[in-house]
Amino acid sequence: MSTASDPTADRPLAEESDSITSASDSRTGRLFAALPVQDAPAMARLHERLIDRAQREGILDVAYRTLDSPVGTLLLAATAQGLVKIAFAVQDHDAVLRQLAERVSPRILNAPRRLDETSRQLQEYFAGERTRFDLPLDWRLSKGFRREVLTHLREIGYGHTESYAQVAAAAGSPRAVRAVGTACATNPLPLVVPCHRVVRSDGGAGGYAGGPDAKLVLLALETAA
Amino acid sequence: MKPFEQIVTEYGPVVLRVCRAVLGPQEAEDAWSETFLAALKAYPDLPAGANVEAWLVTIAHRKAIDVTRAAARRPTPVETLPERPSRIGRQEDWDGDLWRALKALPDRQRQAVAYHYLAGLPYKEIAALHGGSTDAARRAAADGIKTLRTTYPEPVDHREVAR
Repeated sequence: MSTASDPTADRPLAEESDSITSASDSRTGRLFAALPVQDAPAMARLHERLIDRAQREGILDVAYRTLDSPVGTLLLAATAQGLVKIAFAVQDHDAVLRQLAERVSPRILNAPRRLDETSRQLQEYFAGERTRFDLPLDWRLSKGFRREVLTHLREIGYGHTESYAQVAAAAGSPRAVRAVGTACATNPLPLVVPCHRVVRSDGGAGGYAGGPDAKLVLLALETAA
Repeated sequence: MKPFEQIVTEYGPVVLRVCRAVLGPQEAEDAWSETFLAALKAYPDLPAGANVEAWLVTIAHRKAIDVTRAAARRPTPVETLPERPSRIGRQEDWDGDLWRALKALPDRQRQAVAYHYLAGLPYKEIAALHGGSTDAARRAAADGIKTLRTTYPEPVDHREVAR
């Protein structure tokens, strides 16, 4: 996810004579050859320590991890309030993290432990052993009518489906069928808020943030159980 | 604004290198931890387009001073070891001879060498950290490097011989 950056780039204040740094001065570079540029075990240890301290001091605003699943690698993110985002690989995890930085907080760390329970429940779901999720949710990425739609989706039971029109009627705006489609497409918490259970009136599965194939996999999973 | 995880990935290794050069292998990890915790705290207020590396080195500079002072105050030997990952066997992460040579330098020279040659900070920014002039920072780095070349046995480089 990181792009190796030239340490001398983006430094407008640098004087001309200062542009000679360790990278270009090979003699000096060799002088410090004994100092490892990359020390993976030390960085892993320090990363762990940073997460612990940040968590304790209450400044780890968003914790995330990835989880392998039958519908591809999922990105899971949680605030102190609860699960705030689930994203599919096709949604570009780097882009999703940047969005979270803008919309929630840039204090984001790869801190898997906060998502242990979410991961466990999702794995049970994909194994066909769980039919509903019991997790604290942070709804801050969903507002207004879309949020009302998503709230209703939680009432569609495992293995059942509803049409976009039915959901619109249930949300109190029978003519807002397209708005229901948008609410589903922008659902920040797919799987846990089961927008995959909303299908087209003609029997087609319809669109899905994780791709149409992912939707079919989930519908098949729930009918098989 | 980039997620902070990306800041850790991009700049964590260089800040560790700087902390090791300035403080040695023992205290470097404490300084790194304090630096990144403080950086995480302040990160949302960092102005767009700021030089992140210089910002981190500035914080590391202050934390290194704190860590040195704390180490000076700490009674030796400590009664109970602080809870932290074991470093046994990790002392050889890098050549102790280099640290001995760096440690023999005056603080200003050691810092100027680390900030300029390892972090790539311009002398002007190093001067701002030290409160001196740009020329003084340049001289400190040059003097430090000159001394290091005589006190630290450079690894033999065959390319140099072949040239």
